[in-house]
Amino acid sequence: MILLETKGLTREYGGVVAVSNVDFQVNQGLITGLIGPNGAGKTTLFNNMTGLDMPTKGKVFFNGHDITGKPAHRICRMGIARTFQNIRLFKELTVLENVMIGRHFKTGKSPFHGRFLNALDSYFRMSREDEQMYSSALKWLDFFEMGELCDELAKNLPYGHQRELEIARALATDPQLLFLDEPAAGMNPQETEHLMETIGKIRDLGITVVLIEHDMKLVMNICDSITVLNYGQKIAQGTPREIKHDPAVIEAYLGKEEE
Amino acid sequence: MLNFFLLIVIYTGIYALMAIGQNVITGYAGMLSLCQAGFFAIGSYATAILSTTYGWSFWATLPVAALLSALFGVLIGLPTLRLKGDYLAIATLGFAEIVRNVLNNWDSLTRGPMGIQKIPMPSIFGFVINPYKKTGFLVMTIIFVLIAYFLFQRLARSRMGRALEAIREDEIAAESMGINTTKYKVWAFAIGASVAGVAGSLQAVFSLSVTPGTYTFMVSIMVLCMVVLGGMGNFKAVILGAFIIQLISYFPQLVGLSSMIPPQFKQILFGLILVVMMIWRPQGLLGREVRDYSRLTGEKGSVFRKKAKQAVSSTQGGER
Repeated sequence: MILLETKGLTREYGGVVAVSNVDFQVNQGLITGLIGPNGAGKTTLFNNMTGLDMPTKGKVFFNGHDITGKPAHRICRMGIARTFQNIRLFKELTVLENVMIGRHFKTGKSPFHGRFLNALDSYFRMSREDEQMYSSALKWLDFFEMGELCDELAKNLPYGHQRELEIARALATDPQLLFLDEPAAGMNPQETEHLMETIGKIRDLGITVVLIEHDMKLVMNICDSITVLNYGQKIAQGTPREIKHDPAVIEAYLGKEEE
Repeated sequence: MLNFFLLIVIYTGIYALMAIGQNVITGYAGMLSLCQAGFFAIGSYATAILSTTYGWSFWATLPVAALLSALFGVLIGLPTLRLKGDYLAIATLGFAEIVRNVLNNWDSLTRGPMGIQKIPMPSIFGFVINPYKKTGFLVMTIIFVLIAYFLFQRLARSRMGRALEAIREDEIAAESMGINTTKYKVWAFAIGASVAGVAGSLQAVFSLSVTPGTYTFMVSIMVLCMVVLGGMGNFKAVILGAFIIQLISYFPQLVGLSSMIPPQFKQILFGLILVVMMIWRPQGLLGREVRDYSRLTGEKGSVFRKKAKQAVSSTQGGER
């Protein structure tokens, strides 16, 4: 079943076409890889699907709903979470608070939801809400074996943990679909190995994962389906085995063979 | 002498209210706004006009002053949301100047540069709070500051405070975590403005007259200084900052040197404070307040817990 798809998605910046007429599908419950050389438009495609950027043309559908051009916080609330290529943690907040922010929109619901009184109401229910946020935040920290670090400021964490914390924060929003933008960037082989296990565990929780990655070992090992972009265009889509032998992909990565 | 000291404490209270508002906008939401003077003026004039022309009691004008300021906070917040840093500072500065110029020129409503005099003194249960006798007014100001402190402290510790901090740290990430950043930024402006409006009301019944000349750019700068000096993101600290800044600005009079030290001296001093703090102690005297979640974990000895965690993190840091 298709969970998310884009139809003819195009994003132009002035004369530069970053993403051109891309049809991208994500199947529910699987891990989908998005690969391509630098500047191929992978992150732009991500941004257009998660509401941080607006496509020039084309549509994005999630669960059959048109989410094109919706603000990012709405899209997040519908069940799409993401991480960033250059880590975007709340640096001066603690590890625990970072994850609690992910729970933010899950709390604060009241009979007055969305009205002015809601602000007053949530004001007096604070401690109960904090408890809910706390326990579910801690659950996700334990998932990453980071419970011990919960009082540490995010900026003081080692790099690998920062990457994991970003994933934990995204998972705290209870997403159906998780976008990971180069999760293994800057990791050593052991950490990448560990990340692969983690992504597998996330899939086992029933969360669909889409990831941009340059680490071919990781992509080829865990992805069920791979889409390849080059110069903003989709040049291939298929299983890892098919992608490995696709002449267009080989050309994009290694160049054309001289006759 | 004592009387003069009481005056300083009263002004500390009035400015502390403004600094608390500024702290929500700058310390929590991370927006560099320079228009507390504008909201201060709106609050003052709301109280002044309503209590002289329409004969309202001071207590009835208070909520109007707060709401009117909050409304203007929303009006300035909405169009300037896309601006950041210096650009936001310039836009809000412009707003404060517009307010002052309107007050200066809208003769039919504000009597222009002449201002409004003979504002009735507030009274409670038949007891008139006479600003000339200071003590009664001092108690009222302190009560106002305490109420504001507790309300805002609670607000900052709630999910809204956390959301504002997330916006300050990384707006794009906050938006992607489901936080409606537009809504919260406008809220921060409205709340920060409303408490400055209340401060304006107090100012009106303290000096018993309002003139546009009181609400200059220097007021906004002083308030910003208080927040920076005390510590952004810490309400206790900004009250301390307010006291220190007031003490400095009245220092020549307090030690009887006002004939030797020109009043412009304090402006040099404020500039110096901002520069020195930014270089040596950017977090302010007290620094940011750290939330304590030990009540949730049920563990009392959080200090020991922290130590244990530090040990863990240092070993992990060593691996890399």
